[in-house]
Amino acid sequence: MAASSRAQVLDLYRAMLRESKHFSAYNYRTYAVRRIRDAFRENKNVKDPVEIQALVNKAKRDLEIIRRQVHIGQLYSTDKLIIETQEKPRT
Amino acid sequence: MLLRTAWRRAAAALPAAQGPRPEAPTRGLRLRVVDRAPQSAVPSDTATAAEAETVLRPLYMDVQATTPLDPRVLDAMLPYLINYYGNPHSRTHAYGWESEAAMERARQQVASLIGADPREIIFTSGATESNNIAIKGVARFYRSRKKHLVTTQTEHKCVLDSCRSLESEGFQVTYLPVKKSGIIDLKELEAAIQPDTSLVSVMAVNNEIGVKQPIAEIGRICSSRKVYFHTDAAQAVGKIPLDVDDMKIDLMSISGHKIYGPKGVGAIYVRRRPRVRVEALQSGGGQERGMRSGTVPTPLVVGLGAACEVAQQEMEYDHKRISKLAERLTQKIMKGLPDVVMNGDPEHHYPGCINLSFAYVEGESLLMALKDVALSSGSACTSASLEPSYVLRAIGTDEDLAHSSIRFGIGRFTTEEEVDYTVEKCIHHVKRLREMSPLWEMVQDGIDLKSIKWTQH
Repeated sequence: MAASSRAQVLDLYRAMLRESKHFSAYNYRTYAVRRIRDAFRENKNVKDPVEIQALVNKAKRDLEIIRRQVHIGQLYSTDKLIIETQEKPRT
Repeated sequence: MLLRTAWRRAAAALPAAQGPRPEAPTRGLRLRVVDRAPQSAVPSDTATAAEAETVLRPLYMDVQATTPLDPRVLDAMLPYLINYYGNPHSRTHAYGWESEAAMERARQQVASLIGADPREIIFTSGATESNNIAIKGVARFYRSRKKHLVTTQTEHKCVLDSCRSLESEGFQVTYLPVKKSGIIDLKELEAAIQPDTSLVSVMAVNNEIGVKQPIAEIGRICSSRKVYFHTDAAQAVGKIPLDVDDMKIDLMSISGHKIYGPKGVGAIYVRRRPRVRVEALQSGGGQERGMRSGTVPTPLVVGLGAACEVAQQEMEYDHKRISKLAERLTQKIMKGLPDVVMNGDPEHHYPGCINLSFAYVEGESLLMALKDVALSSGSACTSASLEPSYVLRAIGTDEDLAHSSIRFGIGRFTTEEEVDYTVEKCIHHVKRLREMSPLWEMVQDGIDLKSIKWTQH
């Protein structure tokens, strides 16, 4: 498999953010979005292709975890938090 | 694609079809209870239910009491709750082997977080059981030659209670006082250790005031005096770096549900080199090296292991974020209100646990007023009694300030918005309650409350 290209990494980043916005629990949703942004930002200057591949593989596994947990969260969703109605922007 | 939308619609219908949501205990969880008309047959998306039916949950700012499960932890646990349900002690079939493999993997994850060997980790039902095993187990094993234990006055109830029960068995226990900062005096500790002391137990991070004890120094002292050192690290594991070799720790209690893991599981670290012998509390089939018999709950320990692994990866990131949020909360409150005292040493302090006393305001009334935020005054296990916290009493807090203390907990999932909302509500309600307080009025008029004679005699 060819080393991960910039485009692939960006695709993964977008997919993870997109999926994370579907968490029904406020705290999980905000954490996932924040953590993904910070993690990709933190690793943006990694040059070693082996390390990049390892990070990409981990991100793919994490994306699967997010998908499953978003599903489950929606099955068992409950009332919103008091501050969710005050501001809608899903940070 | 069509299948997924149909599934989504069915999934949304499911809670509606099952009737009204499980009744939450009416202790303030239902903030805006509107007359709940019987659910209509139309499977409306639960999120866009009629505007009239808005019941909102409070913000969670009580992470010292317990923490939500990290989604990564739940994801690790589920397979063992669904398909891989074997007993890890069944040696004769694949169900047992796969369960055992998961258990051993979890053991390695826990060990790696604290710098231990997996053989030194024993799974228990929680930090309370671990504390009981450490204190009673060590004391009883060495009872022929050693009859004395040392602990502090600010320990968790289970430690203090274990010591009390040992006293009734004929042991002597020294309860070290703490300084105003909440930290023990190392000289007093050295003086308290006797030739017949078997164990010193000091918690790493206090659950009520967040104070960090000098674990490495205590470990050094205990090691030089040949006394075993136990630390209740329930609030510290995964949050501050701990290494059992660097800090010369012989026994450590770990709690699952304080580090975003499941409730009902914990672990105890028992050093093998030099070997610490422990008399087992729970008899049975000899599981967990004979120290804790009983089937190891694979899904729970897998959760504990996953929580430890996530904590190890996220420790630095979480610590930085939580410190920033804690700084924000404390600064904003202190700037917005006079006469607020932070309990506990500001320097040797875990940032995620902030205990503030609001003078001239009663703690319970403030908690009731802050019904949109889940908070606590003191610890959950002592919240049933009317006494102010013994921890606050131990650090010398005045009786009236002790009654006005609130503990704010900031964790991995806490957001800046939640902190800002909490601060805003807190300032608003403290001001409101103070307006109503005759004591506050007197203080504003310049009367020194300490000079007032409240009784005739």
